[in-house]
Amino acid sequence: MTSLLLFGASEGGLFDFDATLPLMAVQVVLLTFILNALFFKPVGRVVEEREDYVISSLAEAKKKLSQVEQLESDLKNQLKEARQAAQSVINEAEADSENLYKEALALATTEANASREEARREIDSQRQSALNQLKSDAEKLGDLIVERLLASK
Amino acid sequence: MGFTPFIFPFAELEVGQHLYWQLGNIRIHGQVFLTSWLLIGALLTLVVVGTKKMERDPKGVQNLLEFLWDYIRDLARTQIGEKVYRDWMPFIGTLFLFIFVSNWGGALVPWRLIRLPSGELGAPTADINTTVALALLVSLSYFYAGLSNKGLRYFEYYVHPTPIMLPFKIVEDFTKPLSLSFRLFGNILADELVVAVLVFLVPLVLPVPVMFLGLFTSAIQALIFATLAAYYIGEAVEEHH
Repeated sequence: MTSLLLFGASEGGLFDFDATLPLMAVQVVLLTFILNALFFKPVGRVVEEREDYVISSLAEAKKKLSQVEQLESDLKNQLKEARQAAQSVINEAEADSENLYKEALALATTEANASREEARREIDSQRQSALNQLKSDAEKLGDLIVERLLASK
Repeated sequence: MGFTPFIFPFAELEVGQHLYWQLGNIRIHGQVFLTSWLLIGALLTLVVVGTKKMERDPKGVQNLLEFLWDYIRDLARTQIGEKVYRDWMPFIGTLFLFIFVSNWGGALVPWRLIRLPSGELGAPTADINTTVALALLVSLSYFYAGLSNKGLRYFEYYVHPTPIMLPFKIVEDFTKPLSLSFRLFGNILADELVVAVLVFLVPLVLPVPVMFLGLFTSAIQALIFATLAAYYIGEAVEEHH
């Protein structure tokens, strides 16, 4: 600081009003314009751009989330339908196999019954024929015995 | 015009002494301008450094500046209202930053190391001229805000609930700048005096907590001044129905 700049007399007091007041007011007004140009406008622009960016990103994310939820519910529906279809196929197959089993069982039962019946009939007829044979043989033998006894007498 | 009650104990403290600069017919307090230029220079340096390369992911000083900006915006928005706060935010912010930087600069920088022929360097806000200048700017601002927003309907405010309020509201126009300027001036000067007296009496340890208290007071005073300025502007532009 030059001594010219610092030149001054010492009088005054705490409440010494002078041209400091208006000059300080002008200085503060100038500072307002300078800070507006250097600080408030540029920082405000950056902050508001970021706020816009965050808001738009948030909206986009929300949209994507709703799309995802939509897809998820679609897939869930598809899965449910597929499960139902699979269940019905299984049920059908079970019913089919049950029917086949029943049919096969019924067929086998009737076949078995028929062959048993036939066998029984055959046994009956053979027994009958055997009995007849036996009867005729017995008669023949009786006759023979009677003839021999009569002849020897 | 010595300040007689303080002459004896404050002989070394030079209260009410100024460094006069003569500019033609007018005289100004040189120490106020010297410190204010230094502090405004520091503030502008910070601002220029911080805004030089701004990015969407803030780094370093940009963080601080954005924090300040956000703080000032919230202050202006809550007091003035959503509609016009943008117009007044630079003014409120400048008041806040200038007062804050002046108060803290006055308290933190060891100005005493620089000797002046007369007076001493200190917080610009410890000079009544500065605080009255700021307070009158606030008065002009709220008149301007009211008149530019509502035209002559601004004067409805003076008779707002009932015409009985008229004298009180007129008195308010004088008490507002008075209280604004004296609150700031008194707090900052008192803080400087308390610290100076304590340093004068007990140079060690004891002044430190008072200095911290002074920093707290300084910050609070800047906030109070800016908040009240914003409130007065908000009151002037508010719509009554």
